[in-house]
Amino acid sequence: MNVSYTSREQIEVHRFSLPAAILIPLLALFLQAFLPLRLHFFEIFDLPLLVTIFLSVSRRNPVTGLLTGSIIGLLQDSLTHQPIGIYGIAKTVVGYGASSLGVKLDVENSGSRFLLVYGFYIVHQIIYLVVARGMVGQDLAWRWGHMAFAGFANAVLAVPLFLILDRFKQRG
Amino acid sequence: MENLLTRHRNVTILVAVLFAEVVGLAVQVKRTADTDSTRLIRVWTVSAVTPFEKAFAAAQGSLSGAWHNYFDLRGVRAQNQKLQDEIEQLRLQQVRLAEDAGQARRLQRLLGFKEQFIARTLPAQVIGSSGSDMSRVVYIDKGEGDGVMQDMAVITADGVVGKILRVFAATSQVLLINDPSSGVGALLEKSRLQGVIKGTANGELVLEKMMSDERVEPGDQLQTSGGDQIFPKGLPIGTVKSVSPGRDVFLKITVKPAAQLNQLEEVLVITQVVERQPTAKEAQTSMRAADILAARLPSVPENTGIPATGVPLPVGVKPPGAKPAEAKSAAGGKAITKSPAHETIGLPGITSAPKPQKAAETHLAGEAGKLPAAKPNTAATGAPGVLPAAGAGGASPGSATRVTKKSRPAKPVAGSAAQGNAGTTTQKQPEMPQPAVTGGAGVPAPAPKAAGPEQKKAPAGTDQNPPNTPQAEAPQP
Repeated sequence: MNVSYTSREQIEVHRFSLPAAILIPLLALFLQAFLPLRLHFFEIFDLPLLVTIFLSVSRRNPVTGLLTGSIIGLLQDSLTHQPIGIYGIAKTVVGYGASSLGVKLDVENSGSRFLLVYGFYIVHQIIYLVVARGMVGQDLAWRWGHMAFAGFANAVLAVPLFLILDRFKQRG
Repeated sequence: MENLLTRHRNVTILVAVLFAEVVGLAVQVKRTADTDSTRLIRVWTVSAVTPFEKAFAAAQGSLSGAWHNYFDLRGVRAQNQKLQDEIEQLRLQQVRLAEDAGQARRLQRLLGFKEQFIARTLPAQVIGSSGSDMSRVVYIDKGEGDGVMQDMAVITADGVVGKILRVFAATSQVLLINDPSSGVGALLEKSRLQGVIKGTANGELVLEKMMSDERVEPGDQLQTSGGDQIFPKGLPIGTVKSVSPGRDVFLKITVKPAAQLNQLEEVLVITQVVERQPTAKEAQTSMRAADILAARLPSVPENTGIPATGVPLPVGVKPPGAKPAEAKSAAGGKAITKSPAHETIGLPGITSAPKPQKAAETHLAGEAGKLPAAKPNTAATGAPGVLPAAGAGGASPGSATRVTKKSRPAKPVAGSAAQGNAGTTTQKQPEMPQPAVTGGAGVPAPAPKAAGPEQKKAPAGTDQNPPNTPQAEAPQP
């Protein structure tokens, strides 16, 4: 018997139209690449990660979630100068985890979304650093304070952002 | 087995995807050079994102241009005045630097030294970034079609920005100097110590490979050493921010970048660097210090009885015979009176043919062009007369002292025309910088006419040619 905090009857599986499914990640990538030039503080946010979490949680399908995370991560990698795959691996895990958790938890209220994003941001950063240091050999420092603050900032941003993105949901 | 995979389908797919990504990553890390295998996905992504970035950047440029051109004009007059003053100062500073540059060129030529010159640059607009603080790269709107190639240096007017890392059809990726994977050969301007500028994970610049027994102080300027074969030598990198003991025997030196790496909008790509030896002609055709100063000062009225020297009278000096109405300064608007000192401190080397009228008019248009232009037979006393302004423009005290010894004491000049122009009085005339009388080099010369027959034959026996004064235009070896 599966133990979950949400009964199967309560779970709503959502889907997105094809244009929304393509344009939302692309828009997130574009804003992530464009805004930090004008608003330097925006560099602390990770819009592709927030979109990955949102899409994965809403679809509640682990395979779709991991594929979503993988594609968004690889696209994000391709805008950097680093080997492609670091963000891909991190977001694949996050996508899988978010969609798996979405099956078991009610992730529709703001409090749970805040905690979800905060937790997955930390996980994402840890995976990124492990891969970047261990595989690519980058000399990246563990900045725990920065990570905690950035996680908080992303979680705060996620609450209104998810409310906006909720409008693109379609009942599955 | 099949049952197991079916039961754990999600985990199996996760592991498979992760495995594929890890293998792909390992392949890229294994290959040192950037391979075409990842180029395709990069091209796709960049092609998908950069058109929007270009459009937004253009729209933003239009909006901000409209704002600046029509609405944000408050304080423009004051700013203009301030900039004019700054130009005055810089021109005078240029005189001094030109002298140093000329001397350096001559020495370099003697040593057979080859230096790099930035021959061509390409302006580009920054349209995007990587969006990650782990990868400090930006994208510019110029690519392969514009002649951009890998490893070209990217700079701004303030200093070094980075280098071209990847080139696409219409865009290029620039690796900033504050990325951990970048490195720039650096040179401390004062002590001439060499090191390597590297970026850190948090976007700072550090100067590495500097031994702990070296003397490095906060505020020291850093410039490119040219040793990396990417950045030409002498470009500003930044200023030393802090110095502390680091690991082993090296210092930990943080550097504040000269360029605003966080607020890049327009950059210059150095598309061509020429390496050549300074030529003798370059030094000889350079504009003399006196010409630079003369070009920005009021011309001499006609019908003067002083032998022609080709250099206009300084502000505050009226040659004999000048009509009172002509001796007006545009800036001050007061009558200019003659200073005896100007007749006595002239140097043979700076006497020349009549000053080119066109050049004088061009420069005077903005500041003191209301005076009549010089005529070919115009007499002038040469650069010394303009020295008060030069002294105010940043000439070194030492040089001023040296020149003062060669000149007779100047009498105070009535009227304040000079004050209106350069903010100085002619009472300070003896404080003339050395470059102004010895002739500068290194500045492109728009006025070759200055060396006329009369220049060689400076009036003998006049007070303008004391026998112990140096020849300003004597060709250097």
